[in-house]
Order: sequence, then structure tokens, then C-alpha cells
Amino acid sequence: MMQRLTILAPMTALSFFGAAGNAFAGGRSEPWQMWFQPAASPVMERIIEFHNLLFVIEVSIVTLVLGLMCYIIVRFNAKANPVPTKTTHNTLLEVVWTGVPLLILMVIAVPSLNLLYYADRIENIEMTLKVTGNQWFWTYSYPDHGGFEFDSVIVPDDELKEGQPRLLTVDNEVVLPVETNIRLLFTSSDVIHNWAVPSLGLKLDTVAGRINENWMRINKEGDYYGMCSELCGINHGFMPIHVKAVSKADFAEWVETARKEFAGAGGPAPVRVAETGAR
Amino acid sequence: MMADQETAVAGGHDGGHDGGHGHHPTGWRRWLFSTNHKDIGTMYIVLSLVAALVGGAMSFWIRLELLDPGIQFNVFGAGEEAAYFQFYNVLVTSHAFIMVFFVVMPALIGGFGNWFVPLMIGAPDMAFPRMNNVSFWLLAAALVLLLVAAFTQGGPGTGWTIYPPLSNADFHPGAAVDLGILSPHLAGASSVLGAINLITTIFNMRAPGMTIHRMPLFCWSILVTAFLLLMAIPVLAGGLTMLLTDRNFGTAFFDAARGGDPVLWQHIFWFFGHPEVYIIIIPAFGIVSQVVSTFSRKPIFGYLGMVYAMVFIGFVGFVVWAHHMYTAGLDVDTRAYFISASLVIAVPTGIKIFSWLATMWGGSIDFRVPMMFACGFIFLFVMGGVTGVALANAGMDIAFHDTYFVVAHFHYVMAIAAVFGMFTGFYYWIGKMCGRQYPRVLARIHFWSFFIGVNVVFFPQHFSGMAGMPRRIPDYPDNYWGWNYVSSIGAFITTASTLLFFFIVWRTLTAGEKVPANQWGEGATTLEWTVESPAPFHTFEELPDMTDKQADE
Repeated sequence: MMQRLTILAPMTALSFFGAAGNAFAGGRSEPWQMWFQPAASPVMERIIEFHNLLFVIEVSIVTLVLGLMCYIIVRFNAKANPVPTKTTHNTLLEVVWTGVPLLILMVIAVPSLNLLYYADRIENIEMTLKVTGNQWFWTYSYPDHGGFEFDSVIVPDDELKEGQPRLLTVDNEVVLPVETNIRLLFTSSDVIHNWAVPSLGLKLDTVAGRINENWMRINKEGDYYGMCSELCGINHGFMPIHVKAVSKADFAEWVETARKEFAGAGGPAPVRVAETGAR
Repeated sequence: MMADQETAVAGGHDGGHDGGHGHHPTGWRRWLFSTNHKDIGTMYIVLSLVAALVGGAMSFWIRLELLDPGIQFNVFGAGEEAAYFQFYNVLVTSHAFIMVFFVVMPALIGGFGNWFVPLMIGAPDMAFPRMNNVSFWLLAAALVLLLVAAFTQGGPGTGWTIYPPLSNADFHPGAAVDLGILSPHLAGASSVLGAINLITTIFNMRAPGMTIHRMPLFCWSILVTAFLLLMAIPVLAGGLTMLLTDRNFGTAFFDAARGGDPVLWQHIFWFFGHPEVYIIIIPAFGIVSQVVSTFSRKPIFGYLGMVYAMVFIGFVGFVVWAHHMYTAGLDVDTRAYFISASLVIAVPTGIKIFSWLATMWGGSIDFRVPMMFACGFIFLFVMGGVTGVALANAGMDIAFHDTYFVVAHFHYVMAIAAVFGMFTGFYYWIGKMCGRQYPRVLARIHFWSFFIGVNVVFFPQHFSGMAGMPRRIPDYPDNYWGWNYVSSIGAFITTASTLLFFFIVWRTLTAGEKVPANQWGEGATTLEWTVESPAPFHTFEELPDMTDKQADE
């Protein structure tokens, strides 16, 4: 696989903004993006909602401290205030600046714990997807649809088609239905990887010998991209995730073709690991 | 009594040298065999400066690689991408190890701690001067090991967290990881010896009247740090030993296939790793407290609150480790506990921030260069602190974990904040250490260029991280280009500023103007300003008596 990875020459700013024109709507980052990718799942919606609260608190604290410092610099520099006071205690003040942060933390903790438990599990699971991390590709299997499975490997730069994003495009994207509660099972065949899709609010380690569980529900049809988020060796930066969300009917259709296409799989994983000796 | 002890230290025990005052080894023997806290402190600072050049060059390489999408500096040639990607991972790993173990810790604890703890508490030297020597040379050996590891069989590309299975013999065969993990092992031994020395010195060798609650905050910060080292480093050492035996002797502590558990390593590592970040930042708290008080010409506001805030931070630092592991698949109730515990740390850190501001409030502030760096420290620490509060929430961490947001957060809160602490200490104490003043204008340029530089590097990384860019990757999808480019421009500014700093060091040592015993005036009330500059080889041959001094309150 290594040999297939040819490397693009450094790009200029111009070609970048040109390329942005045919970008997918949502599902991956935009040039100069300063905020989250648009939410495409209920978990990500709540993460963003919670972050809006956090952000207000963060900005308020930084503004308060910065404002106080600016005032101090202007008011209490040696020229403006030649004689220093000798005040070193003020019990009320010290109680306030211990107590108020505690109250703020409680304001944070309640929605934080709600979000944590909401993102962890949901009832009424409708289907299961199993994700296996490998150096350096993903294996997806569909135990509720006949147990077929396939590998998802990065498409090297020189084989990209028009409109396919570099370093995010894979040969077999993982196809999933919208508006379905999907159970996700994560494991690994070698080192620890991490399956992360920012717009779906998902990020969980794949660990050999363990099965981690999570869930997702995709709101809208579309293409959602992510990257491995745990350092996993040489090609850590080159094992992207591409979730293709389709309607339930299209999904059922896809399952039929996929079953035939990936027939015979489900046994031992096909040998397609990098040929290089070093891992 | 202590004067006698000091005489013994200076030569009495050492048959090869003449005993008594005024005679000490000269030339290379003075340094290699040194038992003098000031000389050993100086050696720590020199080691830190050398390591900073190496670690800084690595970070500059990383930023240059990320300046544009695609691979920029494949030094191994076409078709050798695998070797280069491994090299990139080694850069990421070594940069972290060098900055943590060989730049920040030696400068703040070994350097300033050695130099100024005895001076500030009125002790003639450290409690165990020979052990002090061993601490330093173990660290020097550890640095050599780390650099050798980086050039052995592809180097350790595991990240500084050394997570198995990636760090196992299956995925990192060869000696690189063995050498690489022996390095923190040795540096840890050095730190434990240093911590024992500092604790003993502070507990037993304070001058008469220097009660524990009159001790300057810098000494308190070093005391808390030393306890953290003493309790955290042995855990790391245990983990590293388990990893070594896994790699070489067939044990299976972290091998799931044979009944072990890779997540166990993460618990062990972060039980050390989280206190480690306080080990890095708490001495900087101490330095900033001294400087803020000195230049505001006021005693520190809420001294006891400041002391026990540090103690509390140190204590709670041991019970929050798993907030580094929110995406490892921990049980949901476990994560709920770690959210609550982690959030609590905001309270004592808030006390420190507001107490510094209250110390300045009403003061007559002289904005000399150390004070500028101290104010810079407070700002950077608050910036990194508020993003830390966000990251403490496991639900929120789904979006942030392992992205550049985390990179921005920890560089603000502990990396560049600690570096600002180092610069604060350097400009504050360089007159005492070498007897010469830094060039003022150049030092101001250094402050502003460094402050602007690091903010240009790290602030845009919040944006990249929120947009979803993962850490530790040598190339990124093209849409992440913009903020990475800005960040890399910041790296040019910061690198230039760092070179300016080395020029300032050279100018200070060769052409700085001579300074008196107390160069900072009435605000500088601690004992180091009562001895001449540079501080004589032996200080306090007669112990200062603090008993009749009124407490500050």
C-alpha cells in the first residue's frame, strides 16, 4: 500500500479556494473553518449546544481576567500609583472567588453529565455495525444483514477522481441508513486505533481484546468523513473514514448488492496489509 | 551547626581535595564533581538550554512539515514515505520527551530550584550535595539515551504516551523503544533523588525563624512539586518496567492475546502523566508569585490561600488521570466521576489567578521584563485553563479528543505557560546568578516577539481542532490548510525570538552591566537579595536569623 501513496506537491492558496467550490455540503471541514462541522446526529447537536454554554463561560472568564489586567496595568503602574497599598487579605473577596467558580462548575456539570449519559447508550437499537481497526485500514461488518464484511482502504492521491477529497477518500465507504438507531461495536486486530466522525459526534478507541460499544443515528443523507484519531504507527494519517448515509430503501438495496460483492468474506480477513516490513 | 555541615560538604568528606573554605575544585573537576547547589543549578540550566535547541528544532520541523498539505521534507527520498512517516512520529515523540523531561523540568526544578531554594530559606546548600550531583548526571545520561534512541532502527514512533500494543515488540521491534523508555526511567530516577533532596532541605535546613508559613511561595511550589515527583515517578517506573519485560522477557501485562490489557498501561501512564503536568507548571506558579509580588512592591495577596491552593492542586492531580482516556471505552459512571473531579481543579487555579491579580491591585507596578513575562504567563494560563474546563467534560471531549484543540490547550496551559515561567525566572534571577543585567531593550523585544509568536502558533490550532483535524499526522486534508499555514508562520516568529533569547544570554554574560545585591528595590524581600551578586560560591556562612522579623500579615 505504501507504494501507492504518491504525494501531492505543495499547493498554493489559490488552488485551495478553487477546490472548495465542489466540496460536499457538511460532512467534512471547509477551508478556514473556525467552528464545528455541522451536526448530522442528535449527539453532535447536543455537543454543539453544550459547547455554546461552555463557550460563553470561557469567553467571559478570559474577558474578565484580561479586563482586570488591562485596568491594573493602566491604574496601578508605578507612575499612576507611586505608593503601593499594604492590603494582603480580604476574606469576603477570597470566599467569593472560591464560591463563584464552584457555582459556575455546577452550571457546567449538570448538562455535561446529561450529555455523557445520552451519548453513551440508547434503547431501541435497530441494527449493528462492527468496526475493526487494522494497520492501516478499517474493516466493517454487518452482523444483522448476513454478516458480510469488507475493508475500507484509502485511495491514493494519483487515483482520485474529480471531487474526491484527498486523504479522506476510501475504496469502499461504509454505507448506513438514515434515521436508524445503529449500535456500533469497535475492536482492533493490532494496535489501538480510534474511529472518529466529527459531524456525527463519534469518537471511540478500537482496542484489541476489547469490544467498545457506542451508538449513532444519522439525521440526513450525505457523506460524512473522519480520520483515525489515535496514533497507530507509520500510516496513522492515512486511514480515513467515509460514512455514506442513504435512505432506508436505498440501504436495503445496497445490502443486496454488497452481500454478493463481498460474498465469501466473513471468514478470515483478506490479506491486504501493507507489504512493507516495518509497521 | 549547619555551617559545620557545610564545611564538611565543601571538602571534609572528600579525601582528594583540600578541606576548608575558598578551596574548591577548579576547571572541569569543579563541574563534573560538583556538590555545590549553585554550580549544579547552573548545569541544569545549561542542559535545559541545549535540550531546548534540539526540542525546539523538532517542533519547528513539525510546523514546517504542516505548513502546506502534502509531504514537504521527505529526507529519505521518493518511495521512502514509510521511513519518513516513522521519522515524523519520532519527531513528535522526541519533541514531547525533550521538552518535558529535559527542558522544563531541569530549568524549573533542577535549575531554579537548586539555585534559589537554599538561598531563599537561608540554607548553606542542599541537604545531600553529592546526591545532587548524581541527580544531574543521571539526567544528562538520560538525554543521551533519548537522542540515541531517536537514531536507532527507525526510532520510537509511539508518541510520548508510549501506548502498547504500538510500543510492543510486535509493532516496534528493535532497540529504539527500549532505549527510548530507559531514558524517562533514568530521568525519573534523577527526579526522585532530586525530590528527596529538595524535601529534606526544605524540611530541615530552614534558617532560624523561617517557619514553614513564612517560606517564600517559590519554595512552597518546589516542595509541592517534589512530593508530586516522589509519588508519581515510581508509578511511571513500574509501568516502564512492565513494558520492558513485555518487550523482552515474555510477560504479557499489556498483551490482550495472552490475558493482559493495553488499557492498563493507559491507567498507569496517566496516573503519572497527570501529576506530571502539575510538576511542570507548579514551579512556574512559584516564580510568577515571587515576581508579581516583587514588582508590585506588595506582599503576596492571600498567602495561605496561595499555599494551600497549590497543595490542593497537587492532591487532586492524583485523582483525575482518566480524563486523558475519555475515548478509551471506560465505563460511563467512571467517566462521570472523572468529569466531576477534573472540574474541581478549576477552583484552586482560580484562587491563584485572582490572588495574583489582587497582589497587583493597589500595587505600584514596575513593568520590568520579568513582570512582563509574569503577566504573559497569567494570560496564557487562563487561556489554556478555560479550554481545560471544556475538555474536562467527557461528552464534550468526543469532539475534542486527539484533535488540534487539545494540542492548543496543553501548549497554552502547560507548555508555553511553563516556558513563560522559565523566562520570568531567568530575567528575574540572572543578575543574581551571573552578577550582570540583561540588555533591557532586547529583552523587551524578546518578550513581545515570543508572546505574539506563540499565540500565532497555537491560537489557530483551536480552529483546526474544532474543525476536526487529528493530532500527530504528517499530512492533512487540504481544507485544513489555512489555519495550519498561519500556525506555521507563528513558528517562524517564535523560532526567531528564541534565537534572539540565546543572543541575549550571550550578551548578558559577556557585556551585561554589573548589578548590586538587590537590583529590584524594596519589593524584593526574599533572602537571595541580601547576598551579593553574583551569589558567592558559599552563602550563609552565618545563618540569617529571621526570628525577630514580623510576619508579613
